[in-house]
Amino acid sequence: MSRFRFVLGEIGQGLRRNMSMAVSVVLVTFVSLTFVGAASLLQMQIGKMKGEWYDRVEVSVFLCPSGTPRVETCAGGEATQDQITEIQGILEAPAMASYVDEIFFETKEQAYEAVRAQAGEEDWFQLLSVDQMQASFRVKLTDPTQIDIVMDEVAGRTGVEEVLDQREIFEPIFLVMNRATVLSVGLAVVMTVTAVLLITTTIRLSAMSRRRETEIMRFVGASNFFIQLPFMLEGALAALLGAVLATGTLWFGVRYGVEDWLSSSVGFVTDYVTTAEVWLIAPVLAAIGIAIAAISSLVSLSRYTKV
Amino acid sequence: MIRFAKVSKVYKRGARPALDRVSLGVERGEFVFLVGASGSGKSTFLRLVLREERATSGRVHVAGREITTLSQWKVPGLRRQIGVVFQDFRLLQNKTVFENVAFAQQVIGRPRHTIAREVPETLELVKLAGKEKRLPHELSGGEQQRVAIARAIVNRPSILLADEPTGNLDPATSAGIMKLLDRINSTGTTVVMATHDEVIVDQMRKRVVQLIDGEVVRDESEGRYVVDSEAAAAAALAGARTDRTRTERSA
Repeated sequence: MSRFRFVLGEIGQGLRRNMSMAVSVVLVTFVSLTFVGAASLLQMQIGKMKGEWYDRVEVSVFLCPSGTPRVETCAGGEATQDQITEIQGILEAPAMASYVDEIFFETKEQAYEAVRAQAGEEDWFQLLSVDQMQASFRVKLTDPTQIDIVMDEVAGRTGVEEVLDQREIFEPIFLVMNRATVLSVGLAVVMTVTAVLLITTTIRLSAMSRRRETEIMRFVGASNFFIQLPFMLEGALAALLGAVLATGTLWFGVRYGVEDWLSSSVGFVTDYVTTAEVWLIAPVLAAIGIAIAAISSLVSLSRYTKV
Repeated sequence: MIRFAKVSKVYKRGARPALDRVSLGVERGEFVFLVGASGSGKSTFLRLVLREERATSGRVHVAGREITTLSQWKVPGLRRQIGVVFQDFRLLQNKTVFENVAFAQQVIGRPRHTIAREVPETLELVKLAGKEKRLPHELSGGEQQRVAIARAIVNRPSILLADEPTGNLDPATSAGIMKLLDRINSTGTTVVMATHDEVIVDQMRKRVVQLIDGEVVRDESEGRYVVDSEAAAAAALAGARTDRTRTERSA
């Protein structure tokens, strides 16, 4: 027990003596762990969005509209009733039954109504006419990952202007989020390296300023572990504090940035990361922080507090 | 208690050895002066006993163990049997007299009630009772060295090593320190003291081991400090003889 109190006293003394260094270690681990946490939250969000959207993914088979053809398959002008029947036949064929869940045919008139419902009385809507709209098949899939099979079957047929994978609409969003992840992982790596170097330097300084103490400890036969323990705990404590700050920052960010603001202003995503996810990654951040401190301690202590 | 068998220590490959095939025995409860000029190997001798350094060749036995091959994690155990005192005291300036002595017990995990009992006892022994709350800079040199001695003996080591303990002190104060070391020796602690101070060596009439360039040139009980080289050479012959008889005796 007296040993424990003694070690605590040593840590307190060490931290007080190197206050500015201790603060900088806390801040550096804080920033690096915040980036690590942000990267993992971004990935969690991507996972959630994929789960949410890909389940509802449809293949849209747009049929040739009237007017000047834009693709070769539409050279014959607007899709004829025969062509429409043929394509419907392909989609309803027994071979496709295991991939296709539901087929819905949208006429030009229905498409026009759908646009009107969205646009309301806006000016640009006045310029549209029913004939400018396109008829289309909307195919709901049993398994969204098998989307290519369905697309290949209808793409390139006469009367089909374009086959659209709805997932492509989301691609830019995921691209941005993935790039943001790469960026924060990159920053996290740089900050982690900085943290390791800084903790190494801090421990070295701390060991130098306590050279007299450690020297006497060695001469009276204190064990290595006992001599090095205060230094190790000092580093671990600072890193742990950094992890706590990082968790707090992420919690505030998610609580007020995502749960309050983003979910009320951006409606097309319904499933956002929550503070529950922050608590999920908190222990991981703490573990990373302690690992950073442990590695730095091992590197510097073996060198600066030799028996 | 301490036995060196043909011990050599070479710090840098190819350099002149700091100790050259030194064979020497120190019995339990003995008081030995280690004399010689700077660089003669006195400090190396003490560092080898502490296992601060490993011998390049030969065997070093301390307190019943062969320590050249002692594994690293057993070194703290060895050092708990040895107390050390230095010329420059090496006290912790921000700790009081009491805390400086208690430090030696705290870091090896002695319980608090033991510390509360043994530190005052030790301070009493070194005649510093009543000065527990002073800081080192409020003490005279002699008093600071007494604190250092108290710290060295508070864990009751069987060996006390003193490296020029009177080097920074005036003769009167030195005499006081020597009286204290003598008293510690009389309670059964083996004392090995490296020194330049011929007056002290002559007054104490203890065993004297003289080193020149890493070799034992003289080893006689109740010896005097020999300065001139002729006497040293004569002593070297005699020393070699006593050395041999000692080795034979311990073998």
